[in-house]
Amino acid sequence: MSAEAATESKTSPTKKTTSRRVKPDRVAIVSGLRTPFAKQATHYRGINAIELGKMVVNELITKTELDPNLIERVVFGQVVVLPEAPNIAREIVLGTPMNVRTDAYSVSRACATSFQSIASLADSIMLGDVSVGIAGGADSSSVVPIGVSKKLSLALVDLQKARSFGQKLAILKTLRPKDLLPVPPAIKEYSTGLTMGQNAEQMARDRGITREEQDALAHRSHTLAAKAWEAGWLDDEVMTAHVPPFTKDPLVQDNIVRFNSTLEGYAKLRPAFDRKYGTLTAANSTPLSDGASAVILMSESKAKALGYEPLGYLKSYGFSANQADHDMLMGPSYSTPIALKKAKMKLKDLDLIEMHEAFAAQALSNVQAFGSTKWAQENLGQRTKIGDIDMDKFNVNGGSLAYGHPFAATGARLITQTLNELKRRGGGVGLTTACAAGGLGAAMIVEVD
Amino acid sequence: MADKSIFNMELSDDGIAIIGFDLVGEAQNVLKQEFIDEAEVLIKEIAEQKEIKGVIFKSDKPKSFIAGADINMLEAANSLEEAEQISRNGHEIFQRLESLKVPVVAAIDGACLGGGLEFALACHGRVSSDSSSTKLGLPEVQLGLLPGGGGTQRLPKLIGIAASLDMMLTGKQLFPKKARKLGLVDDVVPTANLIKAARKRVMQLRKGEKKKQSYFSVQALQKLALEKNPIGRNILFDQAKKQLLKKTKGNYPAPEKILECVEKGVSQGKAAGYAIEAKNFAELVMSAEAKALISLFFATTELKKDSGIDSDAEAIKVDKVGILGGGLMGSGIAYVTADKANKMVRLKDISLDGVNKALNYSWKILAKKLKRRFISDAKAKGIMARLTGTTDHSGFKDCDMVIEAVFEKLELKHQMVKEVEEHCSEQTIFATNTSSIPISEIAKGAKRPEQVVGLHYFSPVEKMPLLEIISTPKTADWVVATCVELGKKQGKTPIVVNDGAGFYVNRILAPYMNEAGIMLSEGVAVEKLDKALVNAGFPVGPITLLDEVGVDVATKVAPILEDAFGERMMAPKLFSKLLDDNRLGRKTAKGFYQYGKKQKGAKNVDESVYRLLGIEPNKEMAVNEISERCVLMMLNEAARCLDEGIIRNARDGDIGAVFGIGFPPFQGGPFRYMDTLGLDKVVERLEHYQNLYGERFAPSSILQSMASSKQTFHN
Repeated sequence: MSAEAATESKTSPTKKTTSRRVKPDRVAIVSGLRTPFAKQATHYRGINAIELGKMVVNELITKTELDPNLIERVVFGQVVVLPEAPNIAREIVLGTPMNVRTDAYSVSRACATSFQSIASLADSIMLGDVSVGIAGGADSSSVVPIGVSKKLSLALVDLQKARSFGQKLAILKTLRPKDLLPVPPAIKEYSTGLTMGQNAEQMARDRGITREEQDALAHRSHTLAAKAWEAGWLDDEVMTAHVPPFTKDPLVQDNIVRFNSTLEGYAKLRPAFDRKYGTLTAANSTPLSDGASAVILMSESKAKALGYEPLGYLKSYGFSANQADHDMLMGPSYSTPIALKKAKMKLKDLDLIEMHEAFAAQALSNVQAFGSTKWAQENLGQRTKIGDIDMDKFNVNGGSLAYGHPFAATGARLITQTLNELKRRGGGVGLTTACAAGGLGAAMIVEVD
Repeated sequence: MADKSIFNMELSDDGIAIIGFDLVGEAQNVLKQEFIDEAEVLIKEIAEQKEIKGVIFKSDKPKSFIAGADINMLEAANSLEEAEQISRNGHEIFQRLESLKVPVVAAIDGACLGGGLEFALACHGRVSSDSSSTKLGLPEVQLGLLPGGGGTQRLPKLIGIAASLDMMLTGKQLFPKKARKLGLVDDVVPTANLIKAARKRVMQLRKGEKKKQSYFSVQALQKLALEKNPIGRNILFDQAKKQLLKKTKGNYPAPEKILECVEKGVSQGKAAGYAIEAKNFAELVMSAEAKALISLFFATTELKKDSGIDSDAEAIKVDKVGILGGGLMGSGIAYVTADKANKMVRLKDISLDGVNKALNYSWKILAKKLKRRFISDAKAKGIMARLTGTTDHSGFKDCDMVIEAVFEKLELKHQMVKEVEEHCSEQTIFATNTSSIPISEIAKGAKRPEQVVGLHYFSPVEKMPLLEIISTPKTADWVVATCVELGKKQGKTPIVVNDGAGFYVNRILAPYMNEAGIMLSEGVAVEKLDKALVNAGFPVGPITLLDEVGVDVATKVAPILEDAFGERMMAPKLFSKLLDDNRLGRKTAKGFYQYGKKQKGAKNVDESVYRLLGIEPNKEMAVNEISERCVLMMLNEAARCLDEGIIRNARDGDIGAVFGIGFPPFQGGPFRYMDTLGLDKVVERLEHYQNLYGERFAPSSILQSMASSKQTFHN
């Protein structure tokens, strides 16, 4: 980005403020809630993303005693989209006691999906389009659309068009037994043909990030998350999940967090992606998981008028895109400078940095890039580095490695968790950031008065 | 065309006359005299007009085809002859309709019940809408009557003997889909296509097309085996009779008479069938059973319109209901509130496990409905979404009403009042589902005693139709009105009673149960006691009831009543021995009867109970005496409740006893029954037992004074 553009964006909001002589109405995050996150096919076995989304939104509304009729818009997302209901946001409105006239649309930005749903809703609030809304995301790795092979799918379409028995037979003849096997959802990136694990493995390899460093971060993440749970810090932001048929014990905490994590335990695992020389294991990568999270957003004035004391406020956000064939998961390093610039802040001004840990390797790569002048010069076109990350401010209650990562639910988790932590510390400013498939990045700066 | 106020005929170009009818000013179309008179003229006109090639009957009243015959018309009949004439008139007009030369099709949307369905049966074809308000049935049996407009003759012809008996003996109402399956209607279509479908049916009938029938369905095979030959039919009728006698214990004459009509019609032909239908109809109309059942019907209808208060205070809008305690009662209340009443429900229990169990309670009911396809998956999920649980007070602030269903302990109830005052808003109503503690006691120390009210639900909540709403002298009228409205939405019939030990239902139940207990301690065997009262028309006997409710629950109420009313409410001493033995009934799988492994057939008495209680169960007592002693105790107490203003009127007293306890419906409730017996007779029988067994049978002063001045409870 050029220096000129930066100055421009710097001056224009200042002008507005002075001409109105009033503090602009901020976007308030009134409350945030998530389900406990659970490993694939455990507590939420058979429960799809929409049901998870409904569960969290319903409880969020009930718990905050928000009159459902006040909710004007729901923006939601899922990454693994259920073919039977692509617009999850609308299904949530229809499936909860919300007013049917509540508008709803869905967004997708891979692992940064709920950053996007929050940003989109925040935009509408800033524009004065709506004043009360709910944003969030949900994903299930336990209920996924299992498809048919490309050949079978093609044949099925052709069969519908075929008229005579002979034609039909000719189509069926082309099929081989293996074409009839069900096909699980692709884990390869559509455009690059690489898997996430391969991408992260490449980043670790090229930067010389060791197995030990990765295991240490995973151990740190689990230890801090366990501590947060034990201290009761998450009780308010994580609901208890009662699931049909309501016979098994309800889930109160994430079932991924290891409450007795030891560093030695991590060393025992074999590499998961590159079996020979790889450094990534199942323990230093996030597991497939299920869960949902949501926040209530309002304009600051509306929140106050309704008598709510908001959790915090949105300060700025930035989205970025970078190369997808290598160094794909560097999104935080691209998006953070944008958000910082919009907030007119430096990295050192932040009290907390909450970065999504898709893989320990990816998080460490980004931490490295933040502190590298060379990286900044080569990739951001700026002379100075983003800033060294003070690890005392970094993922202080652990990260996705410990909590799990239901793709679309992670953004809202990061934001709510950061706000609650800032509140516990008596206020301040925090950064939340994540990488996403396709080389995308998201960063959002939030503040607590 | 002559002047008609109800019918409106339009002749279309293709010669099909579309005849709409509407009883203007009434909520539902019903068969009244004027309706019949006009129809008669109309049918004559149709027969005369040559350009009419077909007829479609439809209702111009949305969602109501014909809901049945006007019951007031039956009440007006003063003699068997008059009643029989009503039926014969019906036969004649429907006969004329049926013998029209042109095809006649009924286009049914909304309730098509009783006389309404008989009207449709007289048509040559029937099509119905798929609307959820469309229901078809012959519910006459529920009023102690039979379908007297040819229903017992035409229905078996159309859908077979077994299916028609099922409909007529239970009075069940069919949804359109089921009606089509049985062949009761020819087609089911969306409401907007109803006339189109009726027209098509007329065309088919004109061409003489018959409907295709499968000969290989289970139904068809059953018909072939049982209905198409005399031997099979005899088996069918024998079985039906046996089964219904088992159910009615001979207390309800209508089912037997229906059976007789169908049998005669099938075996002796049309004329004999119609003759017996008219005769039986008249006998039923004049029977005490029908009069009692009809009075209950009117009472429930009245209660549906009753606000429960005498002032014009208005109910507040209830959106969200909080429930404290996820036990059996709390879970049941949560279910009816979320499903039937369509409210948001926030349920709090002390443990997560308790919340889970409460959610499971609703889930199980819904899963069953889902399996039977009564509701859709989406609907079930929607209901569950209205129901959320918690272990803290989050989500309680905006509850318009909180219903507590925690343990029956006064201190605990006081704590609940305090918590609600602390965590809810100033308008929140505090309702307690106590079955024993006087509401005024619970309201003591409440900041807003005017917002404290009793809601006495009966277990299992989703099945029991009664809701006893208890108002204290301090309870505000708007609070009571709000509860009455919520209760109705929950699918209950609410009666409002004044506060007092045992309220109404338990207060009249207690002396009845005690008397059974006394007879037991005198040495009357358990099964003898139960059988006597079941034969008298109660759904279960008193000892079985005790096992079902639980001895622990029963003994909670007993001392409160004894304290309040003294000796006449003294419970027999044997209960404490049961408590010590942890013999609480079904819940501990140990009671008067044997529980445990699935037993086939009737339950067996657990003989060890006699040893425990030190009883030799060998006393002989006439069945009549057993039931009379129990019932008289209840009647006497009910009269006192009316006298003391516990109940607002005799109507509520009847409904409370029938819907809450299962007082024999064919008696119409305790007050109707006393009226039928004659109050002087009631007093005389009480005095008889007073001489034999002591003061607890002393007739209440209200009974004595009303008997001496020859009054009745009902007009």
